[in-house]
Amino acid sequence: MQNKDIKRLSLILLFAPFTLWIALLILLPHIGMVLLSFREKVAPRVYEYSFANYLEFVNEPIYWNTLLRTGTMSLLVTALALLIGFPIAYYIAKIAGPRSRGGLFLLCLIPLWVSDLIRAFGWILLLRETGVISSFLLWTGLISTPIEFLYNDVAVIIGLVYTVILFMIVPLVSTLDGMDNSMIEAGYNLGGNGFTVLRRIIIPYAMPGIVAGCIVTFMLTAGSYLTPILLGGKNSSWFTEQIYNQFITRFNWEGGAAFGMLLLIFTSFVIWLGLKLSGQTLANTVAKS
Amino acid sequence: MQLKTTLTGLLAATMLAGAGSANAETLRLLTWGSYAPDELIQKFEAEYPDIDVEVTFSNNEEMIAKLRATGGAGFDLAQPSHDRIYAAQLEYDIYKPLDLSKIDTDVMEAKLLDGVKENTTIEGEVYAVPHQWGTSGLMADKTKAPDFKGWGDLCDPAYKGKTSMRLKRTILLGTAFSMGEDPFAAYSDLEKYQGILDKVADKLIECKDNIKAYWKGGDDLSAMMLSGEIVASETWDSTAYKLYDQNENIVFVPPETGALAWIDTFALPRKGKADDAAYKWINFVLRPENVTLMSSSTGAIAAVKGGKDLLPEDKKAAVNAAFSDADIDNLKFFANIPPGVEDMEGKTLEKIKAATGG
Repeated sequence: MQNKDIKRLSLILLFAPFTLWIALLILLPHIGMVLLSFREKVAPRVYEYSFANYLEFVNEPIYWNTLLRTGTMSLLVTALALLIGFPIAYYIAKIAGPRSRGGLFLLCLIPLWVSDLIRAFGWILLLRETGVISSFLLWTGLISTPIEFLYNDVAVIIGLVYTVILFMIVPLVSTLDGMDNSMIEAGYNLGGNGFTVLRRIIIPYAMPGIVAGCIVTFMLTAGSYLTPILLGGKNSSWFTEQIYNQFITRFNWEGGAAFGMLLLIFTSFVIWLGLKLSGQTLANTVAKS
Repeated sequence: MQLKTTLTGLLAATMLAGAGSANAETLRLLTWGSYAPDELIQKFEAEYPDIDVEVTFSNNEEMIAKLRATGGAGFDLAQPSHDRIYAAQLEYDIYKPLDLSKIDTDVMEAKLLDGVKENTTIEGEVYAVPHQWGTSGLMADKTKAPDFKGWGDLCDPAYKGKTSMRLKRTILLGTAFSMGEDPFAAYSDLEKYQGILDKVADKLIECKDNIKAYWKGGDDLSAMMLSGEIVASETWDSTAYKLYDQNENIVFVPPETGALAWIDTFALPRKGKADDAAYKWINFVLRPENVTLMSSSTGAIAAVKGGKDLLPEDKKAAVNAAFSDADIDNLKFFANIPPGVEDMEGKTLEKIKAATGG
């Protein structure tokens, strides 16, 4: 009897930090945001409950265009991160020797030790008109006038892929690591070529890692603020910037809260759609890995 | 071992800090970057050993947002611009009235003091006094853009891809003036103001093609200007003065329609806890010897009598290179922002940013 009580107590104690964290830092603020988003300012210091903030989003093409743009570019970044990250992860997990593996993994981790801001400034130094790349091309004589690589969508995508690719590589390495080499061997023995082995054996096996990586990178990209702001040009709007503007420039917390909720709903929907289309579920992918 | 020493050290430091603040008052400043130079803080703390100064750097919009979030708690002295107090106070009730008898208002430039008082008096109570003033206008590299003189020149095709601006309300107002409108006069008639904003938006969308990029802070603006990637830009005068120090060809250009002048003020947050310390700080930084220290850090002119003469030499040279007396007479002081205008301007800025003009 006493033993059971102790078990229960330790369970409660173990879960307490987690529950507190979720409740105080995730649930409560979100409930606050939802409540805030349904308020409408009718006069100074007077508020009413209404859907006005959500209606404004629907009625103003600038807002939903920006959201769609952010979504598409985030998907593109996710796809690029997967394309670039998969070979790297495969090399680290399957081809590299046990000693170089740790070193390679470390090399991927090191950029993360530097803050987002510094990394963005690094890209600015490289890409700007008087920056490293442009000056180098001038020096080699490949171009005759300096080229501006910064302040456009390509720069934003490069910066974002660089920021999030680690979150793609880590889950991929850990799933691929658990794969028995003999499965690949068997694939070749049964007459498969490299492509069939990749398509029929490696990718299905790595699916949990791919799904987990894609979800994390997509969420991080769609919610990022610094990189798109610093590297983006005069036409590159990002939805998080709209949220910031609502809160800070326009003093419209109600609108900002509504936008925040919309971003959450939108990204959740995209992930749900992605899982449906690829025939995966969270239970047999992310939870499994 | 190493870790243990560090931990002990940290613990000791925490205890010391705890003990230190037990009998000391803390003055929590909410102000602009460079408005609280270390040298001045040390001098202040030496003079008033029982006051600790804590500084948070911010800008107008964030100051209001921070104070709004707490109902005016968390800070003891804030420094918003003079035009951003009236509406914020009406809407969010974040400041408390000043006790003018505790401030040496005699040292302040009367014109500025009266202007700020007029802008920030609500129901007979004064909510702010001036600290420093400066302007927003243009800067240009004289060797590459010698004829630069008005807001509209930012959109001159002769400088295609070589100009910049910050996508904030200043450029909306400047462009309105350059189109012959008076936006401040239209504040009382918001419908008319919306009409002006629409015209300004069209102009700035058309102008997008001419702009290299919108700058976001003094640092990226300085980098673009010093590297020669742009030849002219909308700017704060203080940024231009700093660049003048490094390259004498880069000067501040007061636009022909008048540079837009702002006055940063002192205001007490409603739930501030160290009013006396705040008053001491206000009087301290307005003393002549401290004004020069402050101005050399901020690049702005103190709102005290003879403030221009108290500028450090390098800044004085930059101001004289930029302003004639006629330019000073032509200054357009930012008018009080009535409730609702920020929302209209914000929407216009979003429209410009989202448009694919260039």
